Amino acid sequence: MKLTIAPAPHIHDRISAKKIMIDVLIALAPASVLAVFIWGWYMLLLEIGSMVFAEAIEFFVMRVMRKKREFVPDLSAAVTGLLLALNVPAGISWWMMATGVFVAIIVGKEVWGGIGNNSFNPALVGRVFMYISFPAAMTTWPKTNWFNFSQAAYHLQTTATPLGEIKMHGVAAASKDFPNLMFNSFMGNIPGSAGEMSALALIVGFIYLWWRGIVSFEIPVAYIGTTFGMSAIFWLVSPGAYPDPTTSILLGGLMLGALYMATDPVTSPVSSKGKWIFGIGCGALTVLIRYVGAYPEGVNFAILLMNALVPFIDRVTRPRVFGEVGKNA
Amino acid sequence: MHVWTFKGGIHPPTKKLGRESSIEKVSIPSKVYLFLAQNIGKPPKPIVEVGTEVKTGQKIAEADGFVSVPLHSPITGRVVEIKKQKHPVTSRPADVIVIERTADNEWVKLEPAKPYTQFSKEEIVKRAQEAGLVGMGGATFPTHVKLSPSKKVDILILNGAECEPYLTIDDRMMMEFPEEIVKGALAFSKALEVKNIYIAIEENKPLAIDSMKRVASPVGIEVVKLPTKYPQGSEKHLIYAVTKRTVPSGGLPMDVGVVVQNVSTARAMYRALELGEPLIERGVSVTGEGVKNPKNVLARVGTPISHLLDLAKIKEEASRTVLGGPMMGIALDDINIGIMKGTSGISVLTDEIVKKGTEINCIRCGRCVKACPMNLEPYLLYKLSKKRRFNEMSDYHLMDCIECGSCSYVCPSNIDHVKAFKTAKTVLRALKR
Repeated sequence: MKLTIAPAPHIHDRISAKKIMIDVLIALAPASVLAVFIWGWYMLLLEIGSMVFAEAIEFFVMRVMRKKREFVPDLSAAVTGLLLALNVPAGISWWMMATGVFVAIIVGKEVWGGIGNNSFNPALVGRVFMYISFPAAMTTWPKTNWFNFSQAAYHLQTTATPLGEIKMHGVAAASKDFPNLMFNSFMGNIPGSAGEMSALALIVGFIYLWWRGIVSFEIPVAYIGTTFGMSAIFWLVSPGAYPDPTTSILLGGLMLGALYMATDPVTSPVSSKGKWIFGIGCGALTVLIRYVGAYPEGVNFAILLMNALVPFIDRVTRPRVFGEVGKNA
Repeated sequence: MHVWTFKGGIHPPTKKLGRESSIEKVSIPSKVYLFLAQNIGKPPKPIVEVGTEVKTGQKIAEADGFVSVPLHSPITGRVVEIKKQKHPVTSRPADVIVIERTADNEWVKLEPAKPYTQFSKEEIVKRAQEAGLVGMGGATFPTHVKLSPSKKVDILILNGAECEPYLTIDDRMMMEFPEEIVKGALAFSKALEVKNIYIAIEENKPLAIDSMKRVASPVGIEVVKLPTKYPQGSEKHLIYAVTKRTVPSGGLPMDVGVVVQNVSTARAMYRALELGEPLIERGVSVTGEGVKNPKNVLARVGTPISHLLDLAKIKEEASRTVLGGPMMGIALDDINIGIMKGTSGISVLTDEIVKKGTEINCIRCGRCVKACPMNLEPYLLYKLSKKRRFNEMSDYHLMDCIECGSCSYVCPSNIDHVKAFKTAKTVLRALKR
C-alpha cells in the first residue's frame, strides 16, 4: 500500500487563488458585457486583449525569468488586465492599452516579487502611468453609443464627464448637459471610463462576490459611506458647486474603485478594523481630491495613497489573541 | 444551558464514516510493539529485559518522576526485543519493547479493586498513576498530574466533543459505555473535590448525547450540547464554550479553575479503580475513505497498526495512513508500529482526499486570520518564519498556536503554516535553553 507523507492537515477546503480570481472575473462580467453593449466590439477587444496580454507577460516572467517550471496561471493577471481595461476611456488606442497592461504587470506586480508581494494595486499603477503618459487620450471621453458595434462612430463624439463638467461649470451646467444624472449614472448612461458606467452592474457583481465569501463588505461600506457623508457636507454648504451625495457616490470611478480596486486583498488591510480605517481613508481622500484638489476624480490616487499606509494600518489593528493577558477575548 | 462560541474555527466535512459500527474487541495480536514514550513528560524506565516473561497487566516500565506514568504489558508473553523505531510524534528513533504472545491472558491486576466510592481522594490519584493513565484524546498528559492541581478547581469538564473529522471512537464509547464514563467522572470529581461536572459533546452526536444524558443527569452531571465546529474539542475552546472562562495565554486550565478530561480517560479511570486494570487497551477508530469497513475497535496498546488495517480492509486507492484524524494527525511511513495510549484513530485517506495544489505566495486574503481560533495572524507568522525571524514570531504569540491546522485548511495559496510553526516553536524552545 502507498504511504505518502505530508504535514497535517491532510484535508483542504479546496479553495485556491485561481478559484478566487475566476469568481472576481464572473463578478466583473456584468460591467464588462455592458461596456461592450455601450461602446461596441472594440471594447471587447480591449477587455479580452488586456487579459490575454497580462497573463502572457506573467507567464513569461514566471516560467522564463523566474524559472518556476511548475507555475500554472492563476488568472490574477487577467483580473488586473480586465480592471485596467474597465478603467480607461473606451476609445483608447490598443497600443496605449497594451503599454498600460505591461506597466501594470511588470512595474505594479512582478518587480515586487509577483503575486501577493506588491504594495500597490497593479491596475491602478497601470492607470496612473497611462494618465501621465497619455493625458489627452486618457481624458477624452466618448459619448455613450448604445448597441452601435462599429467602432468608428464614437471616436469623434467626445465629451466631458459629469464630474469634469461640475468642476468646470458647476452643478447647474452639468444637470443641463446630463439630464436625470442620478438615474443615468446608476444605470450606466453617462460618459466615463469603460467599466465605471453602471453602478448597478458593479453592485450586482459585488453582491455575488460577497455571497461567495470572496470579499468582505467593510471596505466598500466604509469607502462609499465616507464619500457620501463628506459629499453631503460639501453639498449642504454649497449646493450650487457640488452635486448631492447620492449622485456623488454614483459618479466617476467610485463604485468600480470601492467595490473592486480598494478590496484587492493583497493591497488592503487584513483585519476587519483595518479595513474600516482603510475604507474611510479612501473615501475622505477621494472627496478631498475631487472637491479641493485639482483633479475632477480622486479614486485612483486615493486608493494608491491608502495602499501605502496598509503596513501601518495592519500594525495598529492587530487582533487580540485568545487569552491575551489582562483582557478577555 | 448557554454555550459560548469561540471566534474563528472551520467547518470541514465531518465524515463520521464509522459511527454506525459498534465497538468490537480485536483478537489479541501475536506481537505487540510498545513505545516507552507514550506520555507527555518523561518516558518510563524499563524494568524488563529481553527474555523476561510477562503477564497481562504486569508493569514493564516504571514512572520516572512525577510527570511520568508506568507502562504495562498488554499481553501475556515474553520480551523478545528492545529496539529503536521511529517515533511518529517526534520523528526520532525511540525505544520500543517488543513482546511475543505465549499464552492467553493471565492477568496481574492492580490491588485492591473495589467500587470507586470506597477510594479516598489520594488513592484515586495514586491509582491513576499506577494504572498508567494519560489523556486519551491524544494529548497524553498524565492523568494523575491533572488530578493534582496546585490551584483551586471548581469545574470538571469531560471532553466528548470529538471535533476531528472521521473519528468516531468517543462517540461510540459514550453510546456504549455511559455508565463506566460517568463513574470515572465521579471518581475524578472526588479526587478534585469538584461539584460542577459537565460532559461536553458536539451536537452531531445525538445518540451519544441521549445516552450520556440518561446516565449522567440522574447523578447531577450536566450534558452540554456544543455546536459542531472545529476545533471545538481544543481544551481552551471547550472551557470557553462551557464556562466563558478564558485560559490566559501560556496558562493552564486550572488557572481558571477548570480541569478537562477526555471521556475515554474517564472510562479507563473507572476500569483502573473497579476492575484493577491498568491502561493496556483502548478504543480506536479505523476509518477513512481508504478502508472498506470503517470500524471502532478495542485494541491492546501496542497492537501493530497493520493488524488493525487488515481488519478494516485497505482499498486499492488508499494513499495515506494517518495516526489520528486528518486535521492534526501524523502521516505514517511505517505501519509496523504499535498503537499508543493516545491513539484515538487511524485515518486511511485516498489520493482524491489528500491531493493539494503547489504552494504559491500569500495573497493576504485573511482567511487564516478569520479561521484561527486563537485569534492569531497565521499569514504574518508564516511570513516571519520564512525570514527566520523567530523571536518576532514569539512576540506575535506563536507559542499560543494550538496547531489545529485551520489556517492551512482554508489557505487558497496552499501554505503549510502548521509545519512552519512547529519548526519555529522547536527553534524557539531550543534558544530558550
